[in-house]
Amino acid sequence: MKYVDEFRDPAKARSLVKEIEGLLERIPQADSRPLQLMEFCGGHTHTIFRYGIEQMLPGRIELVHGPGCPVCVLPMGRVDDCVALAERPDVIFTTFGDAMRVPGSKKSLLQAKAEGADVRMVYSPLDALGIARKNPDRQVIFFGLGFETTMPSTAMTVLQAEREGIENFSLFCNHITTVPTIKAILDSPDMQLDGFVAPGHVSMVVGEEPFRFVAETYHKPIVITGFEPLDILQSLWMLIRQLAEHRCEVENQYSRVVPAAGNPAGLDAIHKVFEPREFFEWRGLGSIDHSGVKMRDSYARFDAERRFSVPNLKIADPKSCQCGEVLKGVIRPWECKVFGRACTPETPLGALMVSSEGACAAYYNFGNLPELLARRDRKGDEGAAA
Amino acid sequence: MSTPAGKTGRSLRAETITLAHGAGGKAMRDLIADIFVSGFDNDTLSQLEDQARIDAAALLGEGGKLAMTTDSYVVAPLFFPGGDIGKLAVTGTVNDLAVGGATPKYLSCGMIIEEGMSVAELRRIVASMKATADAAGVQIVTGDTKVVPRGAADRLFINTAGIGVIPEGVDIATHRARPGDTILLNGFIGDHGAAIADARGELSLESNIETDCQPLNGLIQAMLEVCRDIHCMRDATRGGVATVLNEFAEASGTCMRIEEGQIPIRPEVRGLSEILGLDPLYLANEGKLVAIVPAGSVEALLEVMRAHPAGRHSACIGRVTEAPANTVILETGFGGERIVDMLVGEQLPRIC
Repeated sequence: MKYVDEFRDPAKARSLVKEIEGLLERIPQADSRPLQLMEFCGGHTHTIFRYGIEQMLPGRIELVHGPGCPVCVLPMGRVDDCVALAERPDVIFTTFGDAMRVPGSKKSLLQAKAEGADVRMVYSPLDALGIARKNPDRQVIFFGLGFETTMPSTAMTVLQAEREGIENFSLFCNHITTVPTIKAILDSPDMQLDGFVAPGHVSMVVGEEPFRFVAETYHKPIVITGFEPLDILQSLWMLIRQLAEHRCEVENQYSRVVPAAGNPAGLDAIHKVFEPREFFEWRGLGSIDHSGVKMRDSYARFDAERRFSVPNLKIADPKSCQCGEVLKGVIRPWECKVFGRACTPETPLGALMVSSEGACAAYYNFGNLPELLARRDRKGDEGAAA
Repeated sequence: MSTPAGKTGRSLRAETITLAHGAGGKAMRDLIADIFVSGFDNDTLSQLEDQARIDAAALLGEGGKLAMTTDSYVVAPLFFPGGDIGKLAVTGTVNDLAVGGATPKYLSCGMIIEEGMSVAELRRIVASMKATADAAGVQIVTGDTKVVPRGAADRLFINTAGIGVIPEGVDIATHRARPGDTILLNGFIGDHGAAIADARGELSLESNIETDCQPLNGLIQAMLEVCRDIHCMRDATRGGVATVLNEFAEASGTCMRIEEGQIPIRPEVRGLSEILGLDPLYLANEGKLVAIVPAGSVEALLEVMRAHPAGRHSACIGRVTEAPANTVILETGFGGERIVDMLVGEQLPRIC
């Protein structure tokens, strides 16, 4: 398939891996402790597992799978709010597909649908607006979810609803922002990361500039990266080259899609409709300042949170979950006490087991489960003996 | 043969099905006579007894074991590119018999109809079932009809059960995969799943993907003629090729090692999967089989498979190894490896 196969060429992959090995020779530190490189975005995590990239890399590189899966980090309280909205008899609740399975404290949207709630899967917020046009006697709520990648299309849809004067459409806004979250990870005292694979589609909207602080303030190399397997290998090569050359810069591997200035029209729409929240609660990471957006007062009539009452209760993550430590690279997913036993994709306890883009779900689905569990138990025994 | 409708002169004048057509009275008699008995058109059914009467001696004379299976069909929409629920209902049950090595013989047909269903559409579906049954060499010999109130079913549900005969010496079973065996597949994967996703019209994509819905009994008969010792065989319907391979791996305690580059897939289906973030290995098929065969028979099998219309794009997609047991491993075209597990729930499109 054109424009796809070119980015999955195994010969090019082999030569990149070889070059990475060569560069590693110039980083003696990698002999004592593996270089920890974080891909922030769940889309990257998915590619890494789908193509088996981890096993192709030398042992001195460890990939840490970040929190950039909006479905995973959605706190249970927000899912409960979705369910409460969806269960109103006057409401058609519209959502992206993979958000339907996220467990709330009592049920997921999928379960609410089975019990009679009118929950409909859409592929774009504009589809939700179409449903609102066709059902003027019902309230149509769109579940706005995702980072800056999906924000412009949600914002544009609200602007379109305003232009058309569609009164029965509203947005339940759960959009979250990348930069404050990367900052929170970098500020964490147990942080060990050596570099970042930065999200490509977020950057397509926000541009290169917002990531500059990672290099300039925190002195970590960061590379904006595409989603094909060769994109990821090339980006890892660029990160390691920066480390070998003692540089810390923002580099753009994904220049075929990401302009340095991002997408001004998209940013305009975002700023018109949204403003930062004081803080937003993340599953696994807790509350992070300014890490979410809400609708501006001028769009209050399209804001489901203001139009309908939502319970808005905080539900704490189960104590046994170690998602936070996994997200920061302190432990590997399979080293978590509940991984693969109490916490599985069928019955996820923690954020990272929820969607196929979550690191734990990826290890569970694509990794050798019995071997991982044996490795964890061995490690546990050694710990007990020590 | 004269049809009962012809005999009795009864024909159905209504344009839509109502609860009266399931009430046991004249309306129901007319529906059965005009649509089903004349549509399926065979001597056993037109005796109009409560049960099909099958010559036991003739049936048993053919082989060692009777095979029996049943399946229900609830697909929406009822008509989709390349097929419809009727074609699916015959094909699915025929294939469930055939992959066990059985020669399919007789089918039953139970229909649950939502009131308001159009009679013209019902006729089209019955005609499609008849055409598919003829192509597969089976007869629909007994049936049942229920009409339920609006909302109690989604237009039409069909159940078919089937009986077939497994010849002496054929022993196809999921536990028989052995290290060294070869994994064969009879063509492009994911066509049915992609066609249905597209036909639901939620995507507004312009594609011309058609379902692969086809009876496999002819192909399988040709395969058994060159290799009676097929170890395992299943049709890869819901859950796709990935699910069938996991069933083989678990039942036989072996590892199924497949190569991504060898798995036939149409560019359109690949494209759709890329856009939606779906894995084609889990997409449904309705005319694809996965067979585990002794390595020595591969060449002969591929030759007859590729010569058959239902197997033109057959390929060897991998091999059975000893370890890691109970596991399916995909060697990615990119040079990596990953485990292909059973699906958890339904595949849902990814957000971004």
